[in-house]
Amino acid sequence: MLRFIGRRLLMLIPVMLGVVLLVFSMMYFSPGNPEDYILGDMATAEDKAAFREEHGLNDPFLVQYVHYLVNALHGDLGTSYTTKLPVLGEILDRFPTTFKLAVFSTVIAVVIGVATGVISAVKQYSIWDNISRFVAIIGVSMPTFWEGLMLIILFSVILPWLPSSGFTTWRHWILPAVTIGTHSASSIMRMTRSSMLESIRQDYIRTAMAKGQKYSVVIWKHAFRNATIPVMTIIGLQFGRMLGGSAITEIVFSIPGLGNLIVNAIKVKNAPLVQGGILFMAVAMSLCNLLVDVLYAYVDPRIRSQYVSLKARKKSTTEANEVKEIA
Amino acid sequence: MAEKIEKTNIESIKVAKHSQLRDIIHRFAKNKAAVLGFVIIVIFVICALFPAQIAGTGYKVQDLKNRYQPSSSEHILGTDELGRDMFTRIVWGSRTSLSIGMLAILMACVLGVTIGTIAGYYGNTVDNILMRIIDVLMAVPNVLLGISIVAALGNSTNVLVLAIGLGSMPAFARVTRSAVIMVRDMEYIEAARATGASDARIMWKYILPNSLAPIIVQVSMGLATSILTISGLSFIGLGVPAPTPEWGSMLSSGRAVIRDYPHIILYPGIAIMLSVFAFNLFGDGLRDALDPRLKS
Amino acid sequence: MQDVILEIKDLTIYYETDKETVKAVNGINLIINKGETLGLVGETGAGKTTTALGILRLVPDPPGKIISGEIWYKGENLLTKTEDEMRKIRGHEISMIFQDPMTALNPVLTVGEQISEAILLHQDISKKDAMIKTMEMMELVGIEGIRHSEYPHQFSGGMKQRIVIAIALACDPSLLLADEPTTALDVTIQAQVIDLIQNLKKKMNMSMLLITHDLGVVAEICDKVAIIYGGQIVEFGDLEQIFNHTKHPYTIGLFGSIPNFKKKSHRLKPINGLMPDPANLPDGCTFADRCPNVTEHCRSGMIETIEVEPGHFVKCINLLESGDR
Repeated sequence: MLRFIGRRLLMLIPVMLGVVLLVFSMMYFSPGNPEDYILGDMATAEDKAAFREEHGLNDPFLVQYVHYLVNALHGDLGTSYTTKLPVLGEILDRFPTTFKLAVFSTVIAVVIGVATGVISAVKQYSIWDNISRFVAIIGVSMPTFWEGLMLIILFSVILPWLPSSGFTTWRHWILPAVTIGTHSASSIMRMTRSSMLESIRQDYIRTAMAKGQKYSVVIWKHAFRNATIPVMTIIGLQFGRMLGGSAITEIVFSIPGLGNLIVNAIKVKNAPLVQGGILFMAVAMSLCNLLVDVLYAYVDPRIRSQYVSLKARKKSTTEANEVKEIA
Repeated sequence: MAEKIEKTNIESIKVAKHSQLRDIIHRFAKNKAAVLGFVIIVIFVICALFPAQIAGTGYKVQDLKNRYQPSSSEHILGTDELGRDMFTRIVWGSRTSLSIGMLAILMACVLGVTIGTIAGYYGNTVDNILMRIIDVLMAVPNVLLGISIVAALGNSTNVLVLAIGLGSMPAFARVTRSAVIMVRDMEYIEAARATGASDARIMWKYILPNSLAPIIVQVSMGLATSILTISGLSFIGLGVPAPTPEWGSMLSSGRAVIRDYPHIILYPGIAIMLSVFAFNLFGDGLRDALDPRLKS
Repeated sequence: MQDVILEIKDLTIYYETDKETVKAVNGINLIINKGETLGLVGETGAGKTTTALGILRLVPDPPGKIISGEIWYKGENLLTKTEDEMRKIRGHEISMIFQDPMTALNPVLTVGEQISEAILLHQDISKKDAMIKTMEMMELVGIEGIRHSEYPHQFSGGMKQRIVIAIALACDPSLLLADEPTTALDVTIQAQVIDLIQNLKKKMNMSMLLITHDLGVVAEICDKVAIIYGGQIVEFGDLEQIFNHTKHPYTIGLFGSIPNFKKKSHRLKPINGLMPDPANLPDGCTFADRCPNVTEHCRSGMIETIEVEPGHFVKCINLLESGDR
C-alpha cells in the first residue's frame, strides 16, 4: 500500500510543477504591471523601479520561475504585494473557513444524494424515481450563484430566518452550505442511482434471493455494499472540487474564504498571492483525489488483497484453528 | 451463387446501418425528457440566430425614467437598472452565451479528442505525458482557471473562448481516451493493422468513428458547463464586457437591489438554468439513445 | 410407485414488456420422483432457466409473470404460497445453483460470510456454530475450511462453483435445481464438478433437476430426461427411452448433431433453421419450420402429447397414426 501511495505522490510532482508553470505564465504575461496597481498613481518612477527590483521583476522568466519553485519547496510562497505579509500565512488564515464550508456542504450533499439515489434505484421508473431525477438535473443546471441569490431572497428577504452574509454564527453556514451541497447532491444522487441499478442487476443478487434472503436485506447487504464503492469516489472528488471551486459562492455570501481571497488577488494582479493560492488549492485537490483512490483500494477487497500483507493471512489461519478447537 | 450471397450481404449491411440510425432516433424520441431538452435548445438557438426578429434591437436602449419596472404590457419581463427591456436583453443574451459556448466547445473538442485519441492509442509514455498535461489543467479549479486567463489576457470574447475551451478540454480528452482504450484492443483493429493500415488511418477511420458516442454526449454536457462558466465569469465582472447583454452580468447588476426588485435576478437566472437544463437533458437522452444497454 | 417430490402442471410464464410479450414457458408438465435426477435438455432460449426460476418464484417481475399452472412440491402448490413462505423454502427445501460462477458470488463479502448467510437464514444457531458448519461445507465440496475469510476473486472458476454448491447444500435441501452448472467451466473441471454433485446428491439423498444442453452429461447422471423446445416439453422419458427409442424429430436432430468420432462422415448434420422467436411463436407445432416430417396438420391447433411407451411421452401428432418411425 505504501508503494502505491508513494508512486502516486511522485506522479503529483510533475503535475504541480505544471500548475505553477501555468499560473506563473499567466501572471507573467498578463498586461499591466503590479507596481502600477499596488503603488497607485501617486507613486514616482523611482518608487516603481525600486518595487520592481525588490521583487525581482526584471529578471528573465525562467529565473523568476526557478526562484519561485525553490522558495516554494522551502514553504516560502512569497509575500503578498498588497499586505506585505507572507502568502502562505494569508492562505492558511483563510483555508480553514473554506475547508469547513466544504465539509458541511459535503455532509448535506451525501445525506440527500445517497438517500435519494438508493430510493430512486430501488423504485426504478416510479413517480419517486422520475421526480428525483428531474430535480437532480435541475440541481446540476442551476448556477450556484443564482441558487445562492434565490435562497437569499427566500430565506433572508421573504422569510427573515437566515442571514445573507458574513460568517460569524452557525446560521451563516446554512445557506452557503445548502447552495453548494445541493449542486453536489445531484451528482452524488445520479451516481448512486446508476451504481445501485448496476448492482441490482448482478447475478449475486439472484444467488442471495435463492438462499431465501429478504429483498430489503439483499438490497442493503449485497447491492448497496457494492454500489457504495464508486459512489465514494464521487463524494471524494466532489469534496475536492468544493475546496477549489466555491469561490463564486464565497463571493455571493461574502464569506472570507480562500476562493474569495484569490479572486480579489487576481483582480489586482497580486501575483504571489494568486500563484500561491492556486498552487495551494491544486495541491489540496490532488491530495484529496489521492486519498479517495487509497480509500477505494482499501474498501474494494479485490484491490485490497493485492496489497494486504502476509500478516492478515496468518491471522485468519489462527482464527480458524481456534474455532476448530471449540468444535 | 457466390455473387448473389455477396450482394445480399452488402444490402443487409446497408440496411443494418440505416436502421441503426433510425433505431437511435427512435429511442431518443421515446425519451420525453430528452425531446423536451431538444425543443428548448432549438428555441434558444432560434433566439440566438434571430434575436432582432424576436425581440427587436433595443437591448441597449436606456430609459432612466422607467428603471426597475416589473412586468408590464410594454416590457414583458420588466426593465433593469438602466431602464433597458429585460426580455430583449435576455433574448440577445442567448446569442452571447451560445456563440461563446459553441466556439469554446469546438476548440475543446478538437484539441481534447486529438489528445485523447493519441494518448489512448499509443499508451505508455505518450499516454503518461499527455495525461499529466491534462492533469495540470484539471488540478486548477475551472473557475479560477477562467478567471486567471481572463485577468491575464483581458476581457474580450476571444479570451473567453480560450479560457472556457481550455477548461472544457480535459473532459473531452479523458472521455475520448477511455473510449479509445476500449476500442483499440478489439479484433477489427488488429485486422486493420494486419492489412497494413497506418496508425493515423486506423485512428481516423476505425477508432474514432467507434468512439463517437461518448464524445457527442460530452459536447452537449460541455455546452451545459460552458454556459454556467460564462455566466459565472460575467457575474464577477470578468466575463463579457458591458453593454453586451449576458445573463450572468444581468444577475450581477441585480444583486444590489435583490430585496426590492427580485425580478431582475429571477429572469436571467431562469434563462441560464433552462438552457443548461436543456443541454443536460439532451446529453442524457443522447447517451441513453446511443447505448441502450446502459438503460434497461 | 415412487414418491413424487415435484410435479409441474401446465406452467406458463411470459415476459411482458412495452414492445412485446415473450412467451418463455408454454404449458410445461414435469414430474420428478424422490431421489431422481431429471435432465432438462434444450437450446439457449428454450425456457429452461425460466422454468427453474419459476419453481422458486424468482422470475424477475417486472417483466416476468407466471400466467398459469401449478407447481406441487411435497403436496403443496408453490404458486399459492406467500412470499414469506417461499423464503423459507428457498435455500432450505429447494436450492438452486446457477450457470456462471464468476458472477454468482458477491465480490465484497468473504465466501465464509456468504455460506453462513444461507445457514443463518434457516437455522437458529449462533454465528460461531454457523461458521463451523460453513467450514464443514467447504471441506465437503473440496475446499480448505481456513479459506473462509477469503474473497471470491481469490478462487478459480471451478472453486467458485464449488462454493456456490456449498451455499446451495448448506441446509440440506430435498430438491436441487442445477442450471447448467458446468457450462462456464473448463472441460476437465466440468468432470470434477459433475462428480462432486453426483456424490453429494447420493450422500444427502436429494432429488435434482439438472438443466443442460450437454447430452453427454445427461447420459452420465440423469435418470429421466425432458427435452424442451420453444417453451414446451416435446419429449419425456427415462434415459433408455430417450437415447435408444428417440421419437421426436427435434430430439433425433439433437442426437444427430453430435459429432461422432467412430462413424465415418463428411459433414456435420445440424438441424436446419433457428428456434422461433419466443415473442412471435407460430401457431401449431413450434418445430414445424425445421421438421423433416412436417405436414399440413402440424401448423395449426394444439399439438397433443402422446404416450408412445409407458412413461415415454412425445409431443408430435405424426406419431398418432404410424406409431414407430
